[in-house]
Amino acid sequence: MIELVDVRVRLGQREVLRGVSASLAERRVGVIGANGSGKSTLARLFNGLAVPTSGRVTVLGEDTRRQAARIRRRVGFLFTDPDAQIVMPTVAEDVAFSLRRKKLPGEEVRHRVETMLARYGLAGHADHPAHQLSGGQKQLLALCSVLVLEPEILVMDEPTTLLDLRHSRQVAEALRALPMQVIVVTHDLPLLEGFDRVLVLDEGQVVADGTPESAIGHYRKLMA
Amino acid sequence: MLHRLPVGVKLAGLAAACTVLLLLRSPWAMAVAVGVVVLLFAVARVGVAAAWAQVRPVRWFAVALFGMQLVFADLPSAVLVTSRVVLAVALAGLVTLTTRTSAMMTALERGLSPLRRVGVDPFRLSLLLSLTIRSVPVIADLAARVREAQRARGVEWSMRAFAVPLVVGALRHADALGEALSARGLDD
Repeated sequence: MIELVDVRVRLGQREVLRGVSASLAERRVGVIGANGSGKSTLARLFNGLAVPTSGRVTVLGEDTRRQAARIRRRVGFLFTDPDAQIVMPTVAEDVAFSLRRKKLPGEEVRHRVETMLARYGLAGHADHPAHQLSGGQKQLLALCSVLVLEPEILVMDEPTTLLDLRHSRQVAEALRALPMQVIVVTHDLPLLEGFDRVLVLDEGQVVADGTPESAIGHYRKLMA
Repeated sequence: MLHRLPVGVKLAGLAAACTVLLLLRSPWAMAVAVGVVVLLFAVARVGVAAAWAQVRPVRWFAVALFGMQLVFADLPSAVLVTSRVVLAVALAGLVTLTTRTSAMMTALERGLSPLRRVGVDPFRLSLLLSLTIRSVPVIADLAARVREAQRARGVEWSMRAFAVPLVVGALRHADALGEALSARGLDD
């Protein structure tokens, strides 16, 4: 559950978000809007990577301004560019890296990593250099590295923007099977099929909020 | 076999081998050292291409060093000094090739743990090592893209047109990486 109360975010001279209020409890929530409408800033608020200039963001009952580090451990975040979030040289090492601070026994780490890589079709690449994977495989690896921490909420910031159609489908399929609440910021409208709720942002404000059909319809008119 | 050796043993072995290389005084002894290094690569089952990739970055430096030693000293000195550098780099490369970065990080963390008392965070230092290794292909890819863009615009000889986007891209990557580490809960 994520709650935003009159959230404003100012970056330099520009007000990126202007009085956004919403309660997000649905299993699948999409956020769409033009470039520069404040979508990515909104996504960053959900796991404490950004904090509001004024107003309040509460995630799983905790205020992001006071408990940012704790919230980041409970809310996973998938970025647009997988290259920017892969930290270790090989595939298995990168997934295991997420678990380092949990101080789990080696056998348990190995088991969790193998399970995660097998689930997303990367088991055969475990010892391969991460930079040699395709774009889609890198995004799936980044997803594995986030999911191995078993987050309660997952935020995805344009996860398919850099991917071709086949790899976009792979990520969409992976997304559908996730058990936790997922919030997706995207320009990829088909990705929102079957979502419970979609918000449309324009110039830092929520201008439409409803089912994917109604919200996407509003967005198309806005972009016409 | 080399892959299974503990990291500490490999690093100690590397330090000892480099010391021995410094002590060698005859080209014949150096020839034996070359044989030993080649044997170690063979035992580790490292192919010729992967072995060459370890010393390739120092090839021009080695040529320059050899030339200078030849001019200012003599042929045996040039052979000795150049071989020392190339073999030390090859051995360091062999350690890297046969050791997982995560194992290196764990060993480094353990080795640096006494520094915790003076406020040093061994995890951060070992993370720095892994990020450095991981950044090499990312920056190389960025440099290739910048070079391609330069070629497309017909400014391939402009150093400024190469350096500015490369530095900006590298800084952007560093920013994004920092944010990704925070998102993975590694900033506390």
